[in-house]
Amino acid sequence: MTEWTSPALILLAAAILIGLTRGHLRSAVILVAPLLTLWAIWQVPDGVVGTVRFLDYAIEPVEGSPLRRLFATIFSIMAFTGGLFAFRHARWYELSAAFAYASGAVGVCFAGDLITLFLFWELMALFSTVIVWCGGTPAARKAGIRYAMMHLLGGVILKVGIEGVVVHTGSIDIQPLLATNFDTWMILVGILINAAAPPVSAWLADAYPESSPTGSVFLSAFTTKTAVLALILLFPGEPVLIGVGLYMVMYGIIYALLENDARRILAYSIVNQVGFMVCAVGIGTQMALNGAAAHAFAHIIYKALLFMSAGVVVYRTGKNKCSDLGGLFRTMPLTTICGIVGALSISSFPLTSGFVTKTLISQAAIDQGLVVVYFLLAAASAGVFLHAGIKFPWFVFFQKDSGLRPKDAPWNMAAAMVLFSALCILMGAFPEAFYRLLPYPVDYHAYSPGKVLFYLQLLLFSGLAFFVMLPWLKRTPTISLDTDWLYRVALKKAFSVLADLLGSAQERAQRSVQKLLQTALARIQRHHGPEGVLARTWPTGSMVLWVAIMLASYLILYYLL
Amino acid sequence: MIESNLPALQVVLPLVAAPLCVLLRRGSLAWLVTWSATWATAAISIAILLRVLDAGTISYTFGGWEPPWGIEYRVDIVNAFVLVLVSVIGAIIVPYARRSVGAEIRSEQHYLFWAAYLLCLTGLLGVAITGDAFNVFVFLEISSLATYILIACGQDRRALVASYQYLIMGTIGATFIVIGIGLLYLMTGTLNLADMAQRLSTMPLHRPQLAALAFLTVGISLKLALFPLHLWLPNAYAYAPSVSTAFLSATATKVAVYLLLRFSYSVFGQSHVIENISVEAVILALSVAAIFTASLVAIFQDDVKRMFAYSSVAQIGYITLGISLANQNGLTGGIVHMFNHAVAKGAIFMLLGCVALQIGQPLMAQMAGLAKRMPMTAAGLVVGGLSLIGVPGTVGFISKWYLVVAAIEKGWWWLAALVLISSMLAAIYVWRLIEVCYFREPSPELEAAGEAPLSMLIPAWVLVIGCIYFGLDATMTAGTAASAAQSLLEATR
Repeated sequence: MTEWTSPALILLAAAILIGLTRGHLRSAVILVAPLLTLWAIWQVPDGVVGTVRFLDYAIEPVEGSPLRRLFATIFSIMAFTGGLFAFRHARWYELSAAFAYASGAVGVCFAGDLITLFLFWELMALFSTVIVWCGGTPAARKAGIRYAMMHLLGGVILKVGIEGVVVHTGSIDIQPLLATNFDTWMILVGILINAAAPPVSAWLADAYPESSPTGSVFLSAFTTKTAVLALILLFPGEPVLIGVGLYMVMYGIIYALLENDARRILAYSIVNQVGFMVCAVGIGTQMALNGAAAHAFAHIIYKALLFMSAGVVVYRTGKNKCSDLGGLFRTMPLTTICGIVGALSISSFPLTSGFVTKTLISQAAIDQGLVVVYFLLAAASAGVFLHAGIKFPWFVFFQKDSGLRPKDAPWNMAAAMVLFSALCILMGAFPEAFYRLLPYPVDYHAYSPGKVLFYLQLLLFSGLAFFVMLPWLKRTPTISLDTDWLYRVALKKAFSVLADLLGSAQERAQRSVQKLLQTALARIQRHHGPEGVLARTWPTGSMVLWVAIMLASYLILYYLL
Repeated sequence: MIESNLPALQVVLPLVAAPLCVLLRRGSLAWLVTWSATWATAAISIAILLRVLDAGTISYTFGGWEPPWGIEYRVDIVNAFVLVLVSVIGAIIVPYARRSVGAEIRSEQHYLFWAAYLLCLTGLLGVAITGDAFNVFVFLEISSLATYILIACGQDRRALVASYQYLIMGTIGATFIVIGIGLLYLMTGTLNLADMAQRLSTMPLHRPQLAALAFLTVGISLKLALFPLHLWLPNAYAYAPSVSTAFLSATATKVAVYLLLRFSYSVFGQSHVIENISVEAVILALSVAAIFTASLVAIFQDDVKRMFAYSSVAQIGYITLGISLANQNGLTGGIVHMFNHAVAKGAIFMLLGCVALQIGQPLMAQMAGLAKRMPMTAAGLVVGGLSLIGVPGTVGFISKWYLVVAAIEKGWWWLAALVLISSMLAAIYVWRLIEVCYFREPSPELEAAGEAPLSMLIPAWVLVIGCIYFGLDATMTAGTAASAAQSLLEATR
């Protein structure tokens, strides 16, 4: 019985316990359960631990491997630190949802087959939606619906793919695939939707910043990184991913540079960072996969750190926009320092975690002779420094004096930030110890003089560029358009815009199209609405008429055949 | 002695308990009698299922008359499964019903309500257990007549009209079924279903056989509310007392589905009729129409009970869809969805009964802020709703998994896509309810209301937990359904 118990179940039980307990007991559950999970994760041996029959398939709920353990480890550390950050401020149902969400992520890590993977995948989708809703504002509720719809769609696509693979190959094992036919494409698309790949990258920056200051810390960690893990397990070396990854890298930078909302800058930067990982999975060598896994590990830590510092700012000031913030370093020194450590890490500054992991990916690209990819990634690293490394701390903590004098972080939030800052620096300073955790043996030294010099030059010059171009980068309260605009606004506005551009001839066309849409909607309303022909109460005579029609058609049909 | 007579006791026990309720004339005593009779019935059905799983088909003959001359009760894995479903749900509802019936039905009618409840259960179990065609009709009428009473007991005066319409439609359905059975009797000279199947298999194709199949199909479709013959159902479910709705939605249509399975697979399975015509195509088209139309209608409903009644029409569509796919996985999906839908819809209608106890007929606007005043009820509704959508970890996922696999096996990608798109429609109407319950301030009606009594919440939550448990551990449900599907398919050529 116990041999196939996934460590995820500990977190799931904790999620329920959070709802049942109060006060100190609840705090204890929040802090102890992730550590217990971490312990359980390291008890999982390599290989399939046990099988259970589910439907007609042999389910493998727990399969261990160094890669899976690595991801599960960081997810449980994340649950602990997130819990520490949030437990005094977040409402209980947000914490409960966050733990169920984390449990889904840990469950995906150990899923030995596609069905288990899908079960935990949907668990994540469900509870992450709840976390978005916990933002509590009308905007959060609407963003939550869009988020839920996107993930429901992703789930449906993934399910079609999985069932197709199951029917056509008869195997539910998780094994490397290539996107060669309809089934595998569906699986790939389903996973990529969760990784915030184009053309639907927008869901991430749409939803995450609407959640509560504590909720966004949890959201930043799990969904996209489990997608990266799923890609490593299922599609290593899939060439499509290189292009997808590069697009995400560039997309994230451009939109983050245009953005004014502090947490939205960080959200776009998630897309950018996940792009690096997706690209590495596409390269597919052992070194690249090591790089993807290591970068995911490091990324969760520094991105959560950044979201925590932004969260503290939002929590203390209630303001999101860069244009409203500034000069906070005077009264929030600790938050500023932790934010800067996170910013340096994401920019892969030497001696931080980002440096020792991102350079693995660059090296893998070079080793494969992918020079273009290498230079694009290098350029992107400079871009990361621009938008996340300098822009975020500069506009939030320095810049002009906004006159705000908030208090520094509460003790538990401070403790969580200090813990992750320490991890960022420790990983950067002692990469060898961390490399030993990676799935494949590492023969790579991060700190060769040439590389350090190269990155320092890159970062210093882009830093210079930032301050030279500062007048253009000053944020005004604007909104950046994204692809989600297509499905949020464009459907409504497309026709009127067309009309304005092309004059009155188009106006008529527009009116007729609008009319068509309206009539279509009205027709659905008319037939299916409360008074519609399909919904209203029928006279008994008409019901009987239908019976007669059915009988007659059956009889005629049978006699004809 | 008792063990060998279990199949007879299965029907006789509630049948005898019903007049006892009338004789006692006291609501609470009648409730006690119903309570003991239904729980004993449930225990018997489980014992029968275990015996069938262990030793194969049971044949029970009355009065020493050997089949095909005497009446035979014949229990194979298919109807053992249906018996357990009907009697267990019937038993779980009774403890719940005490408060709900007390609030919704005039106290001098209580003992009559319980008598009707037991008779309805008798009829449904009888239809499921008997191996005799005419017996099917008799028990069907017993259950139908009792059902009309159960519906007409509703407080809302529209319940009377709904019951009257169902009476007309149900009677037509029953007439069609008896005409079909009569035609079959004329052709084969036997009323024993197994014997009938065997004789049909050796007979050449005659037109009366086709007519019999047509009459039976339409009659049964009426009873199981297959689109477009579902028109009686929404009002009947919406205006009946909560207890009746919960019981009927979980059991009555499922027994009709069983009849469809029995006639189209076991009786006609080996005949030349099935070889020559494709019943499946028609039912497939109607099922898909049912799923989409009823789900769309449900989205626009303001009466929550009526919304879930339309959702029932759509869910029945999934069941018949599985039957019309006619392969191992499709049939398994259809049969397991009988169980899964019964559990989920039973839970939902029981929880709506809790709401009705506090605020009367549950309308969307009046359920605003439900989660603040009745958190357990609202949470249960969410789980039930997720099952209807088919979220993994709930029972709905299991059924849809089988249906989609079956569609893919046939190479019908469009059908797999349609099944999954229809889940999005379910997501919309469930979402409407969740939004109202969780994101609105409590309505004036709910302002003073508190959580429903435990005697109602516990039975409802047994089914809610069932939604999750059987979604995670489907060995029992899906396993039994799979062997039922196998036995049905083996009987066809």
